Amino acid sequence: MSAPATGAAADLLSGDAEEPLLRVRDLTVGFRTEDGPVSAVDHVSFDARAGELLAVVGESGCGKSVAAMALSGLLARNATVSGSVRLGGRELVGASPDQLRAVRGKEIAYIFQEPMTSLNPVFTVGRQVAEVLRVHEGMSRTQALDRAVELLDLVGIPHPRERLRQYPHQLSGGLRQRVMIAMAVACDPRVLVADEPTTALDVTVQAGILDVLRDLRDRLGAAIVLITHDLGVVADVADRVMVMYAGRVVERSEVDELFARPRHHYTVGLLGAVPSARVSGGEQRLREIPGLVPTLEQQPDACTFAARCPAADERCRSQEPPLAPAPQSSHEVACWHPAGTRPPGDRAPGDRAPGVAREESG
Amino acid sequence: MTTVEAPLVESGAVAGLRPRRGRALRRLVRSPLALTGLLVLCTAVLAAVVAPLIAPYGPNDAHFDARFVPPGSPGYLLGTDALGRDILSRILFGARASLLVGVLSVLLALLVAVPLGLVAGYFHRLDGLISRLTDLVLAFPFLILAVGLAAIRGASLSNAAIAIGIAQIPGIIRVTRSETLRLTSLDYVAAAVAEGASDLWVVARHILPNATSVLIVQATVAIPGAILGEAVLSFLGLGIQPPSPSLGTMLSEAQQSISRAPWTAVIPGLSIMVITLAFNLFGDGLRDALDPRASRR
Repeated sequence: MSAPATGAAADLLSGDAEEPLLRVRDLTVGFRTEDGPVSAVDHVSFDARAGELLAVVGESGCGKSVAAMALSGLLARNATVSGSVRLGGRELVGASPDQLRAVRGKEIAYIFQEPMTSLNPVFTVGRQVAEVLRVHEGMSRTQALDRAVELLDLVGIPHPRERLRQYPHQLSGGLRQRVMIAMAVACDPRVLVADEPTTALDVTVQAGILDVLRDLRDRLGAAIVLITHDLGVVADVADRVMVMYAGRVVERSEVDELFARPRHHYTVGLLGAVPSARVSGGEQRLREIPGLVPTLEQQPDACTFAARCPAADERCRSQEPPLAPAPQSSHEVACWHPAGTRPPGDRAPGDRAPGVAREESG
Repeated sequence: MTTVEAPLVESGAVAGLRPRRGRALRRLVRSPLALTGLLVLCTAVLAAVVAPLIAPYGPNDAHFDARFVPPGSPGYLLGTDALGRDILSRILFGARASLLVGVLSVLLALLVAVPLGLVAGYFHRLDGLISRLTDLVLAFPFLILAVGLAAIRGASLSNAAIAIGIAQIPGIIRVTRSETLRLTSLDYVAAAVAEGASDLWVVARHILPNATSVLIVQATVAIPGAILGEAVLSFLGLGIQPPSPSLGTMLSEAQQSISRAPWTAVIPGLSIMVITLAFNLFGDGLRDALDPRASRR
């Protein structure tokens, strides 16, 4: 398991000798369906370090959630998962159901998109928060309830003692999401996966939830993986960003670097599609990326974004670009013709695109 | 949600109440039909329970000097039958037997069917086996099953309850299974799994409690069917044995005298109708009251 070869790969990616908290290598997920196999995630590798917030960005159907669920084996039976997920040196891919159950909640916790339906309607929220503690930490009922009060307080719920006695339907969406977060962090998980935690909430509530996440990262030192399609959220809270497209990682970078100098044309397109209050005078229409994310039976040896890319040429359609350090910048990109660069001898078809990005982010 | 009634700070007494159940009860009593059903049921159950105290005579006391007394006569409010037995007393005791068989058989069915339904719905590997066995029992005629059971074990109240209970099992398995399938796909179940809950925990804490309202309704609707089943079996001599009264045996005994003394058949028949109708009305009302979709209207 800890062969020198994999250790070397970790060094290459994370840049330091110490193994990161969560180390994912070549995670590949497919589904056997009635219409044949579907490939959802293709050789995704990433690290999540303690005290760091990693954002995973992409359109719907890019494999973000599937990759996150695969971390602790939460996918349906028809999923096939390969690759390696190491959490604190322990391999999770291929672990037994009992081992995975012990990891869930305690080591990796999840916050889901739908706060309105993620709580059991027949029990009080106090009972539900306390149950997590009683199952994982073996606390007594009163101990667990006392800790639940602390947790609700931690996630910014006013009057926690009174709230504990209420049922989910008596709470607003924002409060329910805070309860979900309290349940997720109840056992001090080392990795917290937040799958679109703010999508179902309105903007003011969203800001509060993001504050809670930021606070948890700083206070508990957890590694937070934030899955989102909202680039505004990414710019707000993320330390590093990973852009996914059709199951592959297409770009990975520090957050400021990505917004300042996006290299992949998909990232450029995403940034161009962010509505901005400032762009109201000249151009009314939002720039969208034409086309849809393809559903793939199998991953082709080609750039999967080629069909929608303004810079695509023959090479893009016949050879898969590896995720490699982009020229003239510090981040990694999987593109034969990175945007904003003009390699000598190339015809630089992406010239138009980076201008768009600068206009948006500058 | 139609109303926002939760105050920020609740007193302990209010917090102890279960708001969902309370609201459902309020909705239930607001429906006149369901309320009628509930009141009739309460009266019937109460009368059956205290039958020994309020019955004017013993159920098997024969008064040969007062045979075929019509209803309304002094001393015999609902008349007497061919042996001069007081029909009111027999109805009270008969309702006791009928309700007992109805409730016992459904309880028996719930006890067997709910775990099987949960297993079938939650563990897909066992679904095929349990569902096909359910179909098998369902395809078997109820009366033949009951006759077979009576032949093997003898006709009695408990055997009638067992036979009726077995007949109720497939329906409850199906309802439990489909409710389990529905609940398993819900977000809070997925969230519980992501928190590290075991299968048993998910089923016991998340699926069963949320399925109870559906199961309560299913049981209320099944009881009148079981009471009718008891009447059928007793009528055929496979259930409660004479002279012990049940509504079914009373009907059976009234066969010979129906032209001479129609009340001997009409009164137990009406009693069966009223009790089953009350159960059905109450069950329908309960279903509407517990239906979360109804609350939005």
